[in-house]
Amino acid sequence: MILKGKVHIFADNVDTDVIIPARYLNTIDPKELAKHCMIDIDEKFAKNVSQGDIMVAGYNFGCGSSREHAPIAIKGSGISCVIARSFARIFYRNAINIGLPILECDEILDEINSKDELEVNLSTGVILNKTTGKSYSSEPFPKFMQEIIEAGGEIAYIKEKMKEVQA
Amino acid sequence: MAMTMTQKILANHSGNKVVKAGELITARLDMVLGNDITSPLAIQEFKKIGIKKVFDNEKIALVPDHFCPNKDIKSAEQVKIVREFAKEYGIKNYFEVGQMGIEHALLPEKGLVTAGDVVIGADSHTCTYGALGAFSTGIGSTDMAAGMAAGELWFKVPDAIKVVLKGAPKGYISGKDIILHLIGKIGVDGARYMSLEFSGDAIGHLTMDDRFTIANMAIEAGAKNGIFPVDDKTLSYIKEHSVKPYKVFEADSDAVYSSEIVIDVSQLEYTVACPHLPSNTKPASSLGDIKIDQVVIGSCTNGRIGDLRVAAKILKGKKVADGVRCIVFPATQKIYLQAIEEGLVQAMVESGVAVSTPTCGPCLGGHMGILASGERCVSTTNRNFVGRMGHVDSEVYLASPAVAAASAITGKISIPEEVV
Ligand code: SF4
Repeated sequence: MILKGKVHIFADNVDTDVIIPARYLNTIDPKELAKHCMIDIDEKFAKNVSQGDIMVAGYNFGCGSSREHAPIAIKGSGISCVIARSFARIFYRNAINIGLPILECDEILDEINSKDELEVNLSTGVILNKTTGKSYSSEPFPKFMQEIIEAGGEIAYIKEKMKEVQA
Repeated sequence: MAMTMTQKILANHSGNKVVKAGELITARLDMVLGNDITSPLAIQEFKKIGIKKVFDNEKIALVPDHFCPNKDIKSAEQVKIVREFAKEYGIKNYFEVGQMGIEHALLPEKGLVTAGDVVIGADSHTCTYGALGAFSTGIGSTDMAAGMAAGELWFKVPDAIKVVLKGAPKGYISGKDIILHLIGKIGVDGARYMSLEFSGDAIGHLTMDDRFTIANMAIEAGAKNGIFPVDDKTLSYIKEHSVKPYKVFEADSDAVYSSEIVIDVSQLEYTVACPHLPSNTKPASSLGDIKIDQVVIGSCTNGRIGDLRVAAKILKGKKVADGVRCIVFPATQKIYLQAIEEGLVQAMVESGVAVSTPTCGPCLGGHMGILASGERCVSTTNRNFVGRMGHVDSEVYLASPAVAAASAITGKISIPEEVV
């Protein structure tokens, strides 16, 4: 699968409280959550983001709470993929479980500008900066996680498994 | 092959003799937890699986604590989803306002988690139960749904950092100072994907409440879990609270750790995490004159009886400074009642403290003590991210109950020796 979009750049330790502040957690509606995504560090994010855009960030992206509302808000805003130097553990699981592609890549952040366009190949893990022409590689998912993603997320995966158990 | 304590528990629950760091395994679950924020989403996902029963209606705990007692109509609707689900599926451990407490104080107190358990919770501070010698870790709502359905979940076996705690803490130095010091040392991602395995002679000097505080904040160093060895104090806590069978696991003496950190707790100073990261720690005494507007004492980190005793002892007979709001949240109903019986509530109310019913409330900027722009709070909670407790231009300083209570009296960040 190939994703294309313009980048939105964030720093290290973007935590779940800024991805979606707790005061907006009284709903689970992705559209409603997306309206407030990143609001505490980038007020205009929800307005500026277009369908397919790509987030690029530093270390430990998604640290903090276990709220799945965080990857849901990001996905709901139109972001097609998050690339970070590293991800916090729970965010990593949650993103896979809800089908938000995430890639770990260390170098790209050093050489990126805010208007750049990226092209991401999820199967190979190759990230191309179309503006600069430079490409980067990232680790593809372990096979087990690819199975979850291919099944359409964890729930679909479990559904299949439960069928086998009950049959 | 030698294993860490966490690896042994995971091996035991996955039916493997041995597990190795990095290996993907499926482990049996002894408890699945959710709250009023994460459960509605988990319930929505659970229903998509299309099964009539949860894996075990006694091994699921639903605790509406974050926006409860309901802070607004939307929150009330969320809790209603959880309540109705609990009824429909016969969930034994649903705790309504009146029985409810902050989940991570409540579950050990109700005896729902014990040594050797594997526990997942759709709340990042589920790692708290490591204090009891359990493997417990935070996950998201979809994992919670999968766990409720299947009674098992996939895990990547973690590597571990060995944290050796030496010596005896002095004065009012507590578990909070120890964990803040550790996070300051290794950073908010210093233990990312790993276990923090505690050991050393200092543990014998730590109360169970101290250990809960330390395990609670393992996630603030990015850890998957934090875990303590089981000793006599653990066993007497377990026997007092739980009838569940427990199992004591010990790390092999030749277990492999990715690194080892030694902390001499007898040398520790009162430690504060300054805005806006839990790793931004400094000795409280080095901070100079930092005026404050609010003090919050409570949460799953420091809302237990030991915490309230310290706070009340420092506040007793003194007054909260002019212009400071001091709010105390006992973490559970039982702790609340105990605080009343021991005269702690009276001492604090007489000092000018507002004592609240158990709730997460201000800890996550939910309700009951939100900060305005430019305001500063000393809090015994666990996170001080931008906007965590209210306005994006407010500030949270994380500290122990002793430092928080002392600061409430002076109106600036203070160490207990300044007021006692
Ligand atoms: S008290 Fe704070 S950290 Fe603990 S569960 Fe509640 S919101 Fe989370």
